[in-house]
Amino acid sequence: MDKKSSRDGFGKALCELGRLREDVVVVDADVATSTRTEGFRRAFNKRFFNVGIAEQEAVLVASGMALCGELPFVSSFAAFLTTRAYEQIRTCVAMPNLNVKLVGTHGGITVGEDGVTHQMTEDIALMRSLPNMKVFVASDFHSAAVLTLLLGEIQGPAYLRVGREPTPEIYKEDDKDFHPGAAKLLRPGDGVTICACGIMVHEALKAAAILGRQGINAEVLDCYCIKPLAVQQILASIRRTGCCVVAEEHNVIGGLGEAVARVISEEYPVPIRLVGVADRYGQSGTARELQEYYGLTYREIVGASAQVWALRRR
Amino acid sequence: MDKDREKFLAKTALEVRKDVVRTIGVANANHLASSLSVVEILVYLYWEVMRVDPQRPNWEGRDRLVFSKGHACPALYAVLARLGFFDREELWSYRRLGSMLQGHPEYRRTPGIDASSGSLGMGLGIAVGMALSLRLRKSASKVYCLLGDGEFQEGVVWESIMNASHYKLDNLTAIVDVNGCQMEGRIENISNLEPMEEKLEAFGWKVLSCDGHDLKELEKVFTEINMHKGSPTIILARTRPGKGLKKIEEGLLRPTEPVTRLLMEEALRELEAFDKAYFQEGEEQSG
Repeated sequence: MDKKSSRDGFGKALCELGRLREDVVVVDADVATSTRTEGFRRAFNKRFFNVGIAEQEAVLVASGMALCGELPFVSSFAAFLTTRAYEQIRTCVAMPNLNVKLVGTHGGITVGEDGVTHQMTEDIALMRSLPNMKVFVASDFHSAAVLTLLLGEIQGPAYLRVGREPTPEIYKEDDKDFHPGAAKLLRPGDGVTICACGIMVHEALKAAAILGRQGINAEVLDCYCIKPLAVQQILASIRRTGCCVVAEEHNVIGGLGEAVARVISEEYPVPIRLVGVADRYGQSGTARELQEYYGLTYREIVGASAQVWALRRR
Repeated sequence: MDKDREKFLAKTALEVRKDVVRTIGVANANHLASSLSVVEILVYLYWEVMRVDPQRPNWEGRDRLVFSKGHACPALYAVLARLGFFDREELWSYRRLGSMLQGHPEYRRTPGIDASSGSLGMGLGIAVGMALSLRLRKSASKVYCLLGDGEFQEGVVWESIMNASHYKLDNLTAIVDVNGCQMEGRIENISNLEPMEEKLEAFGWKVLSCDGHDLKELEKVFTEINMHKGSPTIILARTRPGKGLKKIEEGLLRPTEPVTRLLMEEALRELEAFDKAYFQEGEEQSG
């Protein structure tokens, strides 16, 4: 299978957006090669600003630019952008509801060998708790590209998480049907609802195939928009299946899992299991080794699905 | 600046000062001292330097002011009201629920506010972004940023200082209200910032100093700034916290003291007495 990383999808779409719109500017904190904004730098040098190793300044500069009418994209590693500059994001982007787009690359633990400081499993929690902020997670090269273009269309602050590792293709190139507040139905089923995002979408599809052989017909949703969440789509699905598993490359605290759990517990309580990082930090290792070690594979999804299926609401 | 103009600006500053006392007094708030120290700077900026249009607060061709020391906003509110950005009556709703005038300046809520502020140390970075954007758009607009001296204890300010200098932003001018005070006391006793001038020069800025209450000196530094090219400029405006009110100036009252009704009335009497002595009598004589 053809494997490409979601950060490459972001980089490619950013260039496309730069061609389409003159107000797109990129603010970088000296990681353009890694975040794949280097293509934009080469094509639109005048609209590219490397402020140095200074994430806080990068967000402030973007805030000032948005106040003058630009459409700034700030990109850095998710681990640094969302934590080092959190107050700047909160006070100078989210509060005044400015049109600043934040793209955190190297999300999750599959950053791999760089280890715990560079891995990020708290960014979704941090970003989704900010009023005005929309939160997206790309699951493959193509969805990263479409979501990047979508960021350019929507008004107000938004955060997009992309990853470092090349991942299997999930979407075809002509699929442009992505919207804020929506999820993508990748596999229909009536046995168990699996909500996933990022690299876990591929794992969920794999799990669904295995579950199918065991007689559990899983429905898989790619919840690429964490906020606003695709509430009606998720509820419609669990009303049919009566049980739910959420899978994400994020701390089980504060991520997609808790977002879905809140909706389910308020609207239509069904058994639910969260597959994610169990409130702990990562370490060095290959991406796959880390996925295995921290329980972020199709196996955990299969296990959790069997559990909730047995307890499903009928 | 001729005598009449200087007198007009001094009188304007005095009226702004009175409104600052009233605004803070009615709200029973604090930050009186730091609001009073920036009055002449703001009056000079808005009446002599900046191109703004109160009828069109979002006019693209305007000059921008990022008011980084957001807690001193009563002074800015009083100035904006006087210029006609909004009704002066709004001043008495400062800090109240649903008010246009928040405890710290909020973008979009108040006409004439170019950026939200309140959390210290963030204004200069926003101003750098604005200056970069305006240069990209080949706009003649300038960006001004008013900071408190204590703000330089925030590390991110120095990120912005480096950046502005790297990008040679000569459409950006920072003005520092050097009143020497921070919440818990004197800056030199808490985390000393001096020598500011040498530090900023070493970072590549054109540094000018003046008395921040002397309109003639402000005129001199702003004239020099207008001719300067090739780097950002910064004015170290030495001021006195609580300027215009003896009790604070002489240290009898803490600069951070909340303003009670009694204190407000006392302060207004003092400013009125000054007004009588220096303006109204003078006007009578000339008339």
